[in-house]
Amino acid sequence: MSKSSVEALCLNAITKCFGELTANDAVSFSINKGEVLALLGENGAGKTTLMNVLFGQYTADSGTVSVFGQILPPGNSRAALDAGVGMVHQHFTLADNLTVQENITLGTRPLSSLKLNYFKTRSKILRLAKEFHLSVSPDARVGSLSVGERQRVEILKALYRDVKVLILDEPTAVLTPQETNDLFATLRLATTLGLSIIFISHKLHEVMAIADRVCVLRHGKKTGEVLIKNTDRDSLAKMMMGAESKSPQVLPSKSGPALLELKDVVTPNIGSAPGLKSVDLALKSGQIIGLAGVSGNGQASIADVVGGLSKPITGEVWVNGVAVENWSPRDAVNSGIARIPEDRHSMGSIADFDITENSILERYNTALFSRRGWLDWQSSRAFANRVIEKYDVRCPGVDTPIRLLSGGNMQKLILGRALECNPTIILANQPVRGLDVGAVNYVHSQLLSARDRGAAILLISEDLDEVMSLSDVIYVISNGRLSPKFNRGKMTPAQLGVWMGGQGFDEEITHAP
Amino acid sequence: MRLEPIDKPSLARSLLPPVTALGATVAIASFLAMLAGANPFSVFGLILNGAFGSKFAILETLNRATPLIFTGLAVAVAFRAKFWNIGAEAQLYAGALLTVLLGTGLLPWPSIAILPTLALFSILAGAILLLVPALLKTRFGVDEVVTTLLFNFIFLLFVSMLLEGPLKDPMGMGWPKSARLLPEARLPRLVDGLRLHWGFGLAILSAISVWVVQSRMTLGYEMRAVGLNRQAAAFAGIPVNLVLVKTALLSGGLAALAGFSEVAGLKGSLTLDLSPGFGYTGIIVAMLALLHPLGVIFAALFVAGIFVGADSMSRAADVPTYLADIMLATALLLMVLAIMLTRFRIVRN
Repeated sequence: MSKSSVEALCLNAITKCFGELTANDAVSFSINKGEVLALLGENGAGKTTLMNVLFGQYTADSGTVSVFGQILPPGNSRAALDAGVGMVHQHFTLADNLTVQENITLGTRPLSSLKLNYFKTRSKILRLAKEFHLSVSPDARVGSLSVGERQRVEILKALYRDVKVLILDEPTAVLTPQETNDLFATLRLATTLGLSIIFISHKLHEVMAIADRVCVLRHGKKTGEVLIKNTDRDSLAKMMMGAESKSPQVLPSKSGPALLELKDVVTPNIGSAPGLKSVDLALKSGQIIGLAGVSGNGQASIADVVGGLSKPITGEVWVNGVAVENWSPRDAVNSGIARIPEDRHSMGSIADFDITENSILERYNTALFSRRGWLDWQSSRAFANRVIEKYDVRCPGVDTPIRLLSGGNMQKLILGRALECNPTIILANQPVRGLDVGAVNYVHSQLLSARDRGAAILLISEDLDEVMSLSDVIYVISNGRLSPKFNRGKMTPAQLGVWMGGQGFDEEITHAP
Repeated sequence: MRLEPIDKPSLARSLLPPVTALGATVAIASFLAMLAGANPFSVFGLILNGAFGSKFAILETLNRATPLIFTGLAVAVAFRAKFWNIGAEAQLYAGALLTVLLGTGLLPWPSIAILPTLALFSILAGAILLLVPALLKTRFGVDEVVTTLLFNFIFLLFVSMLLEGPLKDPMGMGWPKSARLLPEARLPRLVDGLRLHWGFGLAILSAISVWVVQSRMTLGYEMRAVGLNRQAAAFAGIPVNLVLVKTALLSGGLAALAGFSEVAGLKGSLTLDLSPGFGYTGIIVAMLALLHPLGVIFAALFVAGIFVGADSMSRAADVPTYLADIMLATALLLMVLAIMLTRFRIVRN
């Protein structure tokens, strides 16, 4: 491989502090023309801060950013874009009600311009789509596209602006393994056409597969930079995580009776997310049931039904062998269901409430914490203290507002307040999203020990690796339908990926009488 | 430019902006006083003197503060749960209406029986009046800002109709005015010989009760949770809509007590000028108090003091009383800004 060694982008000794936290500590790296550089690091390693500095959202305390030798003025959010650096964010920035073409051209023309140049724009989009194998119809409404297609639109959007450096932030988080392969093919093609690509990820096998060179971040510091051909997964993992924390061992367990069952449950569609289509699911004692699937395929509906937030249109929820009638979050809590919500900030906690107030949020009206409408702050505070001690929540005290806690400590509190009441059923929806590796392992080991105590656990995750390593049985959800049950170790990621892409279901339907 | 939250504001950070806001309010008012051809120092001296300078002035200020404490509490309770009750004015008149309906002869009871009855029915009237917007909001998602605001006009016109018709005092020489309350239905003086009635005591008691509810009772916990994060409250199992309805009932009841106390304590009958916008001024009071029920007492005294002081200043210095309105509006706007600055810092991009 003969790569021209023109330096496309260079970050030089970027340092950025937030109060006492040093998010980036003198981080430097550069990327050459036609190269794929992976930026590898756990959540909270400082990758996002670094990108925000690059795009002028933050002003670095020290250090410079230069593109093709030109130093960018700090704190100017247009400078990087104008210099030809484009980014595809993890959460897409597309307008659902506009077409693909409208989304791509949005913001590229001055407001005063009257000409739309419809055909010129269109032919450029079609040419780029063909050149980079990004098949998508320019007239399709973005709201009707799948996640994979939307990502293609985002990439086209960047290419349309003639980017020379393309940054992809966790691009595979929302894709099936097959879609990931397609994305990688496109990226390789792009580099042969002279683009430089920064691939941000925490998944080692993907980095090994796509990158030429890898730059590893940990706790805001660069811990290594190596060529992929000179390294392997183990040494990358060591650079990424240090020797801090080991993921818990998963031993097989014995399952008992079904504690919670969904019987033929149907729910309405929510916006563009499909509702459940006749879902049967049994959560058995002593079992972790993993629910894999691409984001937005009905996971939220399952979580809402189990957690009591919504009632099925048809079908029944059975708890401990009895069909429930009025089903609400409070009923769910009272039936012994512990719930770890998908979004700990907007659903799991109230930012301006202190730790005590947050820890009694689900049970403030029970005899534990109140009597005849009067709250018992003493026992509430005692409970909060017990939770922070037992579940290792690091905080200045129970009177601290929860918004001052880190994501990991917040999650430990939510986990603790739920587990402390000896639940028999645990609904864990994305329980480790955005946590650092130590907190991830802690949450996982808590779930495993709850399982060993005999709890039934529904683990919903978009991270296939997480589902496969923890679950005793796995279901795949796609477009509101549930796959057959797969036992632990029976399926490869690629086989599950077929189901995640929605293919196995169609065969099942054609086989049906 | 954007705002960055400050985790732990320093003492200077939490004191400087409000003090600056107060200073700026005084500066702007001084400028206007000078435009009116008066010496600002003497204007402020007169306001202060008119509000707190004599026993009579203080009692007048306390009397004026009484309805403001009730409406301020009504707004503070509702806003705490993010239920935007702009209709305290209508609820005040609902309370006043029930007071004259039942208190002018229908219930010939002694004070000890009739006063609690009147208070109770006033509360019910205000609560039921706000129940309608609350149900419209929780059932159909109708914006309560619009409904409660419009109810003010509807209800005032309704009262006006009653005062021109069935409720018109036959002895009233043709004025749109209700009959006078029975002597038993009048709130007694707080201290003999002083023009301050028990309505003020009731207001202080209400503020303390609301504070106790908010800090000690599950209902207050629910209302705060719903106000801070409705989604998380629903997820945790708090019946959000029920809490909003309860909040509305409490808020409407508190505002109605302002009407009861004004009629039974001060005026003795119902006219259309019973409230010079106490319901709306209650919003200013609640905001200045940062929605804290005990803070409402002090904010109401501050606002009442400015109004009463400005009245007497106007007579002495020949500066229009509008100065009071301008001072309150400036104080409110600057205070809201100042409070934001105690929690956020402005960062230049």
